[in-house]
Amino acid sequence: MLFSRTLLKRHSVLPGFDLALGFTLLYLGFIVLLPLSAAFLKTATMTWPAFWDAVTAPRVLASYRLTFGASLAAALMNSVFGLVVAWVLVRYEFPFKRLVDALVDLPFALPTAVAGIALTALYAQNGWIGRFLPFKVSFTPVGVFVALTFIGLPFVVRTLQPVLEDLHKEIEEAAATLGASRLQTFTQVIFPIVSPALLTGFALAFARALGEYGSVIFIAGNMPLISEITPLLIITKLEQYDYTGATAIAVVMLVSAFALLLGINALQAWTRARQGR
Amino acid sequence: MSTATITTNAAREVVAPRSLRSATTEPAWVKWTLIGIALAFLTLFLFVPLAIVFAEAFKKGWGVYLAAVTDPDALSAIKLTLIAAGISVPMNLVFGIAAAWCIAKFEFRGKNVLLTLIDLPFSVSPVISGLIYVLLFGLQGWWGGWLRDHDLKIIFAVPGIVLATVFVTFPFVARELIPLMQAQGTEQEEAARVLGANGWQIFRRITLPNVKWALLYGVILCNARAMGEFGAVSVVSGHIRGQTNTMPLHIEILYNEYQFAAAFAVASLLAGLALVTLVLKYLVERRVKAQKRVAAERPE
Repeated sequence: MLFSRTLLKRHSVLPGFDLALGFTLLYLGFIVLLPLSAAFLKTATMTWPAFWDAVTAPRVLASYRLTFGASLAAALMNSVFGLVVAWVLVRYEFPFKRLVDALVDLPFALPTAVAGIALTALYAQNGWIGRFLPFKVSFTPVGVFVALTFIGLPFVVRTLQPVLEDLHKEIEEAAATLGASRLQTFTQVIFPIVSPALLTGFALAFARALGEYGSVIFIAGNMPLISEITPLLIITKLEQYDYTGATAIAVVMLVSAFALLLGINALQAWTRARQGR
Repeated sequence: MSTATITTNAAREVVAPRSLRSATTEPAWVKWTLIGIALAFLTLFLFVPLAIVFAEAFKKGWGVYLAAVTDPDALSAIKLTLIAAGISVPMNLVFGIAAAWCIAKFEFRGKNVLLTLIDLPFSVSPVISGLIYVLLFGLQGWWGGWLRDHDLKIIFAVPGIVLATVFVTFPFVARELIPLMQAQGTEQEEAARVLGANGWQIFRRITLPNVKWALLYGVILCNARAMGEFGAVSVVSGHIRGQTNTMPLHIEILYNEYQFAAAFAVASLLAGLALVTLVLKYLVERRVKAQKRVAAERPE
């Protein structure tokens, strides 16, 4: 009764609002909000200098550099190739297209640990792919980049596909009638239309990569200061029973992730408004 | 000068219909180069990694494969994975329906905040998803002392694994249901209400048939993630062989012990699950799209 009287903007004849919202809030509170707030409250028990020391120790800083750097590189890689893949899947016909399209979602469906050991075996120096490469991939920061590229691959493709499908042929025809070459039509007409979606896909892939753990730890080699990602450092601290230290780093990661989430939401709202839908 | 421009434009208009097709499609060589680049990228990063799982799993023959997947520790890991998914998927299904019902069928203050909060677990690193439960229920945690005094164990035991799994799969069903139910509006339910149906009847006879494919879609995705979760479960599990190891954790242990064939054998089961998931997803996706189209064509 409480919710329907205070929160509802418009009376509804449908039943179940109080029950559904009550259960939703209770479940959300216990499963998500309460545990997350534990992380922030735990850090609040630290003094500011102690917190600062914990989150800016050289080993921690090195892990931020690797995590953010490799995530950025992987998201950029996925933006370039994801655009090509989405374009090819929407515009062209070729054998086994449907199968290829369905398999793009593999990184969503394949458990990260499986992806991790598979990529490690492939890119090891005696692996199927690793033996042809002049440089080491497995057990180096490049390996981290490879794993994060795998993980982020579907985000750009799946964000771009519906936007490309919705493109009206008339716009391209108009550009062509006005004398634009195919390349000009793409760079000056199509690309500006799809760029917000591309940016959203990039941000989603980047956000996913920041927190990734399972696929990375097998291939990274996990050498402190060189190939150790931030989530692994949190686990290492936990195993040494340094709960406060682990939580301090976790809070830094959480704050960056939430900032990114808000950015992505704003970006999507802006895209929808621009498309006038 | 202006006459000249007009003439050229007129000339273009005349030839336009003939060259329009070639002007809005790429030359064949561009098309096939792009297809080639896309397929090469996907092969390198998707197809080959998938293939190597099965290749490595059967490298030492069927005997080793069968021994690895029927090993008692492997069987207990499979069982625990099924338990974790079997509890967390129904929990998030009930939550997804409740959340979608209030968000899609009612207009209330704070709806957008609620929508953002539901998505929150997706932006939390799996490792942190595990850590927060350790902070609550671990020995040094808020309720750790109380739990120890009452001889209850959550962290390094099955309940912790279930909780972490529930957290990481939290939004899946809700996310699929909310947009569809919002697009479908409330007319049908309201009509049923006016005709005297009660809440349960409305849900069972009107809403559920309208969203069944999206519901199934959410459950498929939720289940795949629940069975494959690694980071969050790794933090809360304690890695006790035969007791608190799920399949992904069992793979890690085998791999770290250099039992590669066995690790890939167990991994191939999860890769098989991923393929089944993709097939189901593909089959259901078309039906979800059909339901969305019907909803979009709904007269206002």
